[in-house]
Amino acid sequence: MIAEAGLAALWLAAALAALQLAMGWMGVSSQRTDLLAAVRPIAIIQAGLTGIAFLVLIYLFVTVDLSVALVAANDASTKPLLYKFAGTWGNHEGSMLMWVTILAVAGGAVAIFERRLNERTLIATLAAQAAIGLGFYAFLLFASNPFARLDPAPAEGQGLNPLLQDPGLAFHPPTLYLGYVGLSVAFSFAVGALVTRDVGTAFARAMRPWVLGAWILLTIGITAGSYWAYYELGWGGWWFWDPVENASLMPWLAATALLHSVTVLATREGLRAWTVMLAVVAFSMSMVGTFLVRSGILTSVHAFAVDPKRGTFILALLAIYIGGALALFGLRVGTVREGSRFDAVSREGSLVINNLLLSAILGIVLVGTLYPLIAESITGEKLSVGPPYFNSAAGPLALILVVVMAAGPIMRWRRDDLKATLTRLAVPLLLSALVLLLVILLAPGIRILPLLGLVAAAGVGLASLAPLWGRNLRRTPLYIWGMVIAHLGIAVSIAGMASESAFTKETLVAARIGELHRVGPYSVRLDDVQPVAGPNYTAIEGTVTAQRGAGKPFTLHPQTRNFPSPQTETNEAAITTVPDGQLYVVVGRADEQGRWQLRLWWKPFVTLIWAGGGLVALGGFLSLIGRVRREMRHAPPREFL
Amino acid sequence: MPAAKYADEQLADPGKEKQAKALMETIRCLVCQGQSIADSNAEMAGDMRALIRTRIEAGEKPEAIRAWLIERYGDWVSFKPPLDELTWPLYVVPVLFLGLGIWIVSGRLKRRRKG
Repeated sequence: MIAEAGLAALWLAAALAALQLAMGWMGVSSQRTDLLAAVRPIAIIQAGLTGIAFLVLIYLFVTVDLSVALVAANDASTKPLLYKFAGTWGNHEGSMLMWVTILAVAGGAVAIFERRLNERTLIATLAAQAAIGLGFYAFLLFASNPFARLDPAPAEGQGLNPLLQDPGLAFHPPTLYLGYVGLSVAFSFAVGALVTRDVGTAFARAMRPWVLGAWILLTIGITAGSYWAYYELGWGGWWFWDPVENASLMPWLAATALLHSVTVLATREGLRAWTVMLAVVAFSMSMVGTFLVRSGILTSVHAFAVDPKRGTFILALLAIYIGGALALFGLRVGTVREGSRFDAVSREGSLVINNLLLSAILGIVLVGTLYPLIAESITGEKLSVGPPYFNSAAGPLALILVVVMAAGPIMRWRRDDLKATLTRLAVPLLLSALVLLLVILLAPGIRILPLLGLVAAAGVGLASLAPLWGRNLRRTPLYIWGMVIAHLGIAVSIAGMASESAFTKETLVAARIGELHRVGPYSVRLDDVQPVAGPNYTAIEGTVTAQRGAGKPFTLHPQTRNFPSPQTETNEAAITTVPDGQLYVVVGRADEQGRWQLRLWWKPFVTLIWAGGGLVALGGFLSLIGRVRREMRHAPPREFL
Repeated sequence: MPAAKYADEQLADPGKEKQAKALMETIRCLVCQGQSIADSNAEMAGDMRALIRTRIEAGEKPEAIRAWLIERYGDWVSFKPPLDELTWPLYVVPVLFLGLGIWIVSGRLKRRRKG
């Protein structure tokens, strides 16, 4: 009964989304206030119903109701509670239900909280949000019903992919989905503003918190995903240019560009058409991301569903939404007034270059990710596009981008002087020169990209603090702090990447018990290997003693785990974090002479990569609080509910 | 089957090991999902690592080994796409994007100055 109740709630929500779209459409075109007034409550109820459907599915997973096909295929009574719960979205149907739930709740939140935007534009926005929702409701109800029954019910479920049984990964997909959906709200705002010919500062201000929120969550999702890959895959890599990683990077790049252009629109009334275009692109990228991950088109750990019917469905949705938005954009772009003018050398100018470079990087990642799929589907020939392509194509552009990032925030709006800007950057430039000299002296033979990375990170890191110079720090608005911290985070992250790629030490050996091996500043000894049993796996666990120079020895316990259902082997690296880096230890299989595969890495300052990502997200968060508080102060009183 | 020598052991010469490692990072593990042979637990990846280390030790050039692998397994095995009639859009399209962007921006800025 409970599963059927969930399904009924989903159908009702879909019906309300249709109503929301129809009434919104008619209300906006006929300007009838009774129709307009009905849309907000409908959006809120629709959100509630979808929320109920999702809660029902969580309940079915937690109680392991094996008469539901989805639960039987992905759950097991032996699983720890956390993974029963998180298993709800660790599969195709559940994750799509989560997608649509977040979408509906976001729509409801817009209906409740947005008060400054012109009413017609807001209703058009909610209608657009309902149109997106409808497509996904149809997808769920006709092609991916999460509540389908299984008769007879099996005695035990099939369990969850062991790679996904990790606390970090339990919350990784929701974070990214929240980000994707935040961009859908930005998209709906753009469509609403195009429909009512209202592309201006009010629209930019309404859209900005959603872009910012989505961007923060994407930042966290990408950073956490990278760290997960680093410790879970057991080979010390932290970014693979895997299509699934790219699926989250592309919306992030678009959101980063959008975040900067929407600021120009909100504060300077510039870049109107471009901002709307970027909103369309950003949402398109999250649709492309969803398509890549959910259609099963990729052969990658993330793409579980291999079902062309679903892929075609998502592709059709993608074509309808993007095509529709581009058509609307083409029709209305003529009515969007040209924004305020500015000089090439100005804050706006630097933001335009930022947008240009981010778009170019996005183009590279998009082409590199999709082209192999397109080429294969046309010619049947399989080709691989991987790190060498992406690093050499996107790396240099990214470096130029961070240099512009150093200059942008200290330039004046509208018009500035190049010489004056360089003078203001004199100290950071000196620091960069110093680092260049030091690295070349101390680490001769370093590759060019890491070298430039270190040099840029030093200068940009210092320059990112420049907007605070000469300010009363207590009176500095929160969003300035946010910008400074986010930019600093980028520099920190780049320093980590460059250091990791230039200075990592690797030792791979077949080790006997008691043998001493060296990696970087550490000596490492394998003391013992013992079998251990976990809640739903068996493992071999190494006892490893490590010592840095003459320091205090310490013990590490890397594991190699074997999961029976489904049959999988994972490496759990043992990682010791010290201020200047990480020691990373993996014990693998034994050979026939009783020697154990021992993999050791010393990675200087590798933690800066994720610490930087955290700073970027923190900066975004401060900025969001600062902006929202400001908006609240200026908001008119509530008119409904 | 015992793992081949060099599947998980480094070459004694650090320079050659560096070459081998750089090559391994750009060779796809054919039985994995989107991983390079440098970071895969699969047996086949181990065999390919051993093959690359052995050949590098014997003095073969990395690009010659890549060519040999492509000859044997197809373009799919290399993460570094060659430039040919199938792959040219990979190299042309990004340049086109950037050119288009610069053209749009510079056009608008000039108009702005006149106005």
